[in-house]
Amino acid sequence: MSPLKISWKSICSKPLSSSLNLILVAFGTSILTILLLASTQINDKLSRNSKDIDLVVGAKGSPLQLILSSIYYIDFPTGNIPLKEANELAQNPWVKRAVPLALGDNYNGTRIVGTDSGFVNLYNLKIKAGKLWQQDFETNIGSTVAESQHLKVGDEFYGAHGLTGSTDIHKAHAYKVTGILEPQGNVTDNLILTNISSVWKMHDPADEKEHDHHKKDDDHRSENPGKKADAPEIQNKEITSLLIQYRSPMSVVMFPRMVNQSTNMQAASPAMESTRLFSLIGVGVDTLQWFALLIMAIAVISVFVNLYNSLKERSYDLAIMRTLGASRSKLFLIVIAEGIMLTFAGTLIGIFLGHAGLQIIGHFQESSQARLNGLIFLNSEIYLLAAGLAIGIFAAIIPAIQAYKSNISEILSKS
Amino acid sequence: MINLKSVSHSYNSSYTIRFKDWTIADGSQWLLLGESGSGKTTLLHILTGILKPSAGDLTMDEVSLYKLSPKALDQYRGRHIGIVFQRPHLIKSLTITENLLLAQSLAKLPEDHKRIEEVLESLDMIAKKKSYPNQLSQGQLQRVSIARAVINKPSLLIADEPTSSLDDKNALSVLELLMQQSALNQSTLVVATHDKRVKDAFTHTYELK
Repeated sequence: MSPLKISWKSICSKPLSSSLNLILVAFGTSILTILLLASTQINDKLSRNSKDIDLVVGAKGSPLQLILSSIYYIDFPTGNIPLKEANELAQNPWVKRAVPLALGDNYNGTRIVGTDSGFVNLYNLKIKAGKLWQQDFETNIGSTVAESQHLKVGDEFYGAHGLTGSTDIHKAHAYKVTGILEPQGNVTDNLILTNISSVWKMHDPADEKEHDHHKKDDDHRSENPGKKADAPEIQNKEITSLLIQYRSPMSVVMFPRMVNQSTNMQAASPAMESTRLFSLIGVGVDTLQWFALLIMAIAVISVFVNLYNSLKERSYDLAIMRTLGASRSKLFLIVIAEGIMLTFAGTLIGIFLGHAGLQIIGHFQESSQARLNGLIFLNSEIYLLAAGLAIGIFAAIIPAIQAYKSNISEILSKS
Repeated sequence: MINLKSVSHSYNSSYTIRFKDWTIADGSQWLLLGESGSGKTTLLHILTGILKPSAGDLTMDEVSLYKLSPKALDQYRGRHIGIVFQRPHLIKSLTITENLLLAQSLAKLPEDHKRIEEVLESLDMIAKKKSYPNQLSQGQLQRVSIARAVINKPSLLIADEPTSSLDDKNALSVLELLMQQSALNQSTLVVATHDKRVKDAFTHTYELK
């Protein structure tokens, strides 16, 4: 009959108040766990997707929108920029690598990205099956796309106009899957890559007039209906944005200013915009964090009151244990162990609930780009466990000291 | 052999109780008589090693009890002194057997289920060994508390008003059990009471005035 077993039996003998304490601790911990996991994962995803990209150049508008559309593929693009001007920028001596992007179409909600081989190098993409795209209308698809759309090498599909929805299908040309990419753990798993001229040809009015296509006034992909004849010429070609890698850190200050002032385009830094985005989300995270801490504080008080009250009832029990040979320190241990067991078990349950909760949230999330995963465990969760121990000790220390100090002769003579 | 020598205890330094010297031979059975307020409980607590007297000395088998360290005293009490209280006071969250196991382990003695069965058998409580305290009657609980007091074969068995809350029939049977158990375990027995019903059973009496 160890002290731990005595504490355990005591917890079991008052199931109602014990479970109330357990629930409070578990609830607070699970919120903290979800916050910890979600903010780590979001932060991680944000930085992994923009890892090697120093700057994005696109049409004027919101810089955050430009980053969201060209790095995370969530929002709509800001508009188009002339290929000619983009090429001039790409030739700039400060630029080490410039990768063009042409967005505008989707296949069942998965974005089709027109780009060149620079994109493959930028994200270090590798082919799992098939080969890299070379001809027009050949595509490489991300591993998640292959899985969720049941596409394999050799399959053909039609892209639809816009970034979501499949009402406006480009029936003139079919895309062909020539390769499937290895899983990267970033946004490229959810993209369909092709060359830029495929995207242009898809929207070439000469081809499009074959079927009854009502052109919408889209702001993200311009097709200049007035210049049908010139469309194939490079002067009038447009792209959505340009991903840029600098040659030297010196460019960080100079280059964006140069773009913003001397051209009709805007430059946005993924790092800066991600930080800004995260600080916007951060307000909500902070609020939730305080809420969780408040619940934890209530839990501490509840465990304390529970132990303190039960100590009054049990003072006779504890005195009897002393007459049976238990030392003062043993009583101290019994009471402290009771507090720790309650909060530690609550913390364990809370961490479990937090992971389960996040997994459920992830399951119901619409955007697969930012899907949260409840099965990832972090080292910093150890701190949550330590905090569980600490609040157990904190809540139990006063009752435990009282048990330690109690005068058994006085208690026994009061009966 | 227990020796109480020039012991006195004062409360709040104004009120002092002096106890006359007392020598208790091994295996003898004593009655401690006194009206309430005469210091009976104080003397019992001094005898059981839970209240250090202001002056004087208590030795038990050559051991001076209050010269032991607090921890050693706790352990000595657990092993050598068994106490039966006025009311049973078993630990509610533990079964009868677990209460007895607790008495063994708190005294730092090995858990001995055979001994528990033996004691419960001798008190006719073996059928209730898996029950919880709130499932037993007062008389049954008092039997269990006797079992707990003698489980470690103490050299001194002390009972504080063991019969006062019981009717005549139960009072006599509890008294019989105490005498029988102290004989069985070769313990010295001290029963403190103001209950006139139990007077005749004892030959030795220590009276407080």
